[in-house]
Amino acid sequence: MEKLIDILDLSVPEINGLIEKAGDIMAHPDKYREKCRYKKMATLFFEPSTRTRLSFESAMYDLGGQVLGFSDAQSSSVSKGESVSDTVRTASIYSDIIVMRHPKEGAPLVASYKSEAPVINAGDGGHNHPTQTLTDLFTIQSEKGRLDNLTVGFCGDLKFGRTVHSLISALSRYRGVKFVLISPDELKLPSYIKDGVLVKNNLEFTETKDLESVMESLDVLYMTRVQRERFFNEEDYLRLKDSYILTPDKLKTAKSDMIILHPLPRVNEIHVSIDDDPRACYFKQVRNGKYIRMALILKMLGID
Amino acid sequence: MNIDSIKNGIVIDHIKAGQAMKLYSLLELDRLECPVAIIKNAQSKKMGKKDIIKIDTRMEVDLDIIGYVDPDITVNVIEDGKLVEKKHLQLPEMLRDVIKCKNPRCITSTENGIPHVFKLCDAGKKLYRCLYCETKAPDEN
Repeated sequence: MEKLIDILDLSVPEINGLIEKAGDIMAHPDKYREKCRYKKMATLFFEPSTRTRLSFESAMYDLGGQVLGFSDAQSSSVSKGESVSDTVRTASIYSDIIVMRHPKEGAPLVASYKSEAPVINAGDGGHNHPTQTLTDLFTIQSEKGRLDNLTVGFCGDLKFGRTVHSLISALSRYRGVKFVLISPDELKLPSYIKDGVLVKNNLEFTETKDLESVMESLDVLYMTRVQRERFFNEEDYLRLKDSYILTPDKLKTAKSDMIILHPLPRVNEIHVSIDDDPRACYFKQVRNGKYIRMALILKMLGID
Repeated sequence: MNIDSIKNGIVIDHIKAGQAMKLYSLLELDRLECPVAIIKNAQSKKMGKKDIIKIDTRMEVDLDIIGYVDPDITVNVIEDGKLVEKKHLQLPEMLRDVIKCKNPRCITSTENGIPHVFKLCDAGKKLYRCLYCETKAPDEN
């Protein structure tokens, strides 16, 4: 596989296969300890990251491989004005697989055209974040036992929330999924997802500003952070940042087996008192992220 | 009003009235040394009014650009004063370096040397999106 830019680059059977493989790695980690021996992964992070970068690096180490790269554009020749194309072409000479995060939308696609090694998009601006989506799908499958016939609420920044866009695209291919979109007007889902995915495929969805009014209907609640770095105007960010704060009080009407997901980092949109609620699964997502990325690295490198 | 017929060249016909200059610009016909005639608001039985462009030389025109502006335009190839080919157009699947993405968050806003590419997402709505960031093409028609 040459690239993973958009979650839709993977077919449903391929996603199901990755989820199955991740489960097997989790259950039998020793089987996989040497699978990537002598393989090198370049992590090119032009934008800060904690979980995604650490989970990719941890995944590669647990497969017996090596990691090189940078975690900040300022520590690479990008600070001298080098293009994405030249940076990636160079990195691909020294590595077997490239993982890239970039603030500009479409940068990993450009990289994939220039790279000699397979490229994984680890987040491009507010656009796509397919490996977070794999993590989310793996977590939903693990916790709910299925990916179909679910009512999934997306809450917060649906405009710039790339994890939301990718997850909606992915879930649109499973039967019986209903989408509940909860956001202020300014942060509504962009048309290329709403029209291009939900309307185009005739999927059931509702839009609301009121989280509590829809809480009881949800099987999955996907919370998101209002991302300061996506705003050109600080005033808009300050006005919208606290639009939704999930507290124990607001969960009173939620189903007892609803799960709460969040791609993290959070700021204050989920109160810390919810962390001990059995429905809170966002730290399970962090753990799951490493295993699904291990499965993905194996697939991209063509290793069983 | 009469414009001399051409002996060898291209006649771009059935252009919606008012769109000839846009097409002239997109096809970069200003770079040509040969005579180029732009006829605006010509009478048309089918369209009422139409524009026509006549290019007095043999050349390849970018049919994707013309198809993007309007797939109902016809391109006539003239040789020795006779019509030898009538090309019917369609909306192109991809547009390369015809229009520019205006999303400031798109990689095309900072990366030099990459083409601006738009792909056709909905032919019925004539909807194009940027290949890189999926932003809608600017509506220029």
